[in-house]
Amino acid sequence: MKCKVCKGPALIDVRRHNANFCSDHFIRYCREQVSKTLKEFDMAEPGDRLLVAVSGGKDSFAVWDILESLGFDTNGLYVGLGIGEYSDTSGQYVRDFATGRNLPLTEIDLRSTYDYDVPTASAVTRRVPCSACGLSKRHVFDKECRKGNFDAIVTGHNLDDEAAVLYGNVLRWQTDYLGRQRPMLPALNGFPKKIKPLVRLSERETAAYCVLRGIDYLVEECPMAAGNKHLSYKAALNLIEEESPGSKQAFYFGFLRDAVDRFDLTTSDPNQDRSDVATEDSPILSPCIECGSPTNVETCSFCRLLRRASGAKPVPVELIRKKY
Amino acid sequence: MKVLLRNPSREVDMNGPISVVKLLNRLEMSRQEVLVIQNGTLVPGDAMLAEDAIVEVRPVISGG
Ligand code: SF4
Ligand SMILES: [Zn+2]
Ligand SMILES: [Zn+2]
Repeated sequence: MKCKVCKGPALIDVRRHNANFCSDHFIRYCREQVSKTLKEFDMAEPGDRLLVAVSGGKDSFAVWDILESLGFDTNGLYVGLGIGEYSDTSGQYVRDFATGRNLPLTEIDLRSTYDYDVPTASAVTRRVPCSACGLSKRHVFDKECRKGNFDAIVTGHNLDDEAAVLYGNVLRWQTDYLGRQRPMLPALNGFPKKIKPLVRLSERETAAYCVLRGIDYLVEECPMAAGNKHLSYKAALNLIEEESPGSKQAFYFGFLRDAVDRFDLTTSDPNQDRSDVATEDSPILSPCIECGSPTNVETCSFCRLLRRASGAKPVPVELIRKKY
Repeated sequence: MKVLLRNPSREVDMNGPISVVKLLNRLEMSRQEVLVIQNGTLVPGDAMLAEDAIVEVRPVISGG
């Protein structure tokens, strides 16, 4: 196996581009893909200040490292979710990464800031853990982005993530969700800009990038992820990709090119990003009476979750795992 | 040779020398869903692994 660029020995193959790379040229390839994505979707310009949501996993470390290498002014944001040992370990990985590279990191712990954690919120609100978790993270991301006056929030979603979500939404024709599956959501009605610079990289590539850059990330998964639909969609797409490399990229980028504009950017679904953005039925946004976030109801969905979960008797993560 | 597997972490002994492709076939793993790592770097698919090698086979699919 030879590197496509220098013809030296290659360490990694990228089948959908029919290319192999040595370590240096693979790292360069990843950075070029991100740089191209940033321009293509108007995600960020030189000098922008970016708030990078980090979890301790490969994708968020890869995107943080790449944005740094491209010269952006970045700040990490870690949300302590209170998911038992997983959260303790992931927090440590994030702190080690930031300290080792001397990068600024903001930490918000749900338990110490809001007196709840994800397992407890899931139990008292009877939401699946990922739904309570997503709502909490989005609120903290938006709030910290506004507070620190950042130009955008960055998340580490990769090509496999986006293709799997699209697959699930198309399979069930969840047209309400499709419009928001853009890799860049502009700032709107008080909601900050959100960008996903890794959509041109597969998750095998983000993992390989971390290994070749010597980034120590948490390989273990969040215990709540086991057996979720997202994983079965990924497995289905991987079978297709195996037979026909490039299918995932064609699926997702074809959607962005030809279809996404047919769907509305806004929704009233409380489980979705920007759930409180104005819709045709309720176009007026006003500040949430409790936290001031933009919403089309009196109290935003996060504050409604907070009312029930904050101060509730903590529910251990094992109990939630058994349920779902 | 020793093979470290993840999620959950465990170790299995295999007979070497063996190519990476063969090793993954034996483990019934798809090459596009894992990375093979030795001494902190990647091992390409066409490489041979020695009898005394210690390698990690790391899954790359996340469910988050
Ligand atoms: S798997 Fe679900 S609960 Fe775990 S971090 Fe991801 S969204 Fe949160
Ligand atoms: Zn090269
Ligand atoms: Zn609120």
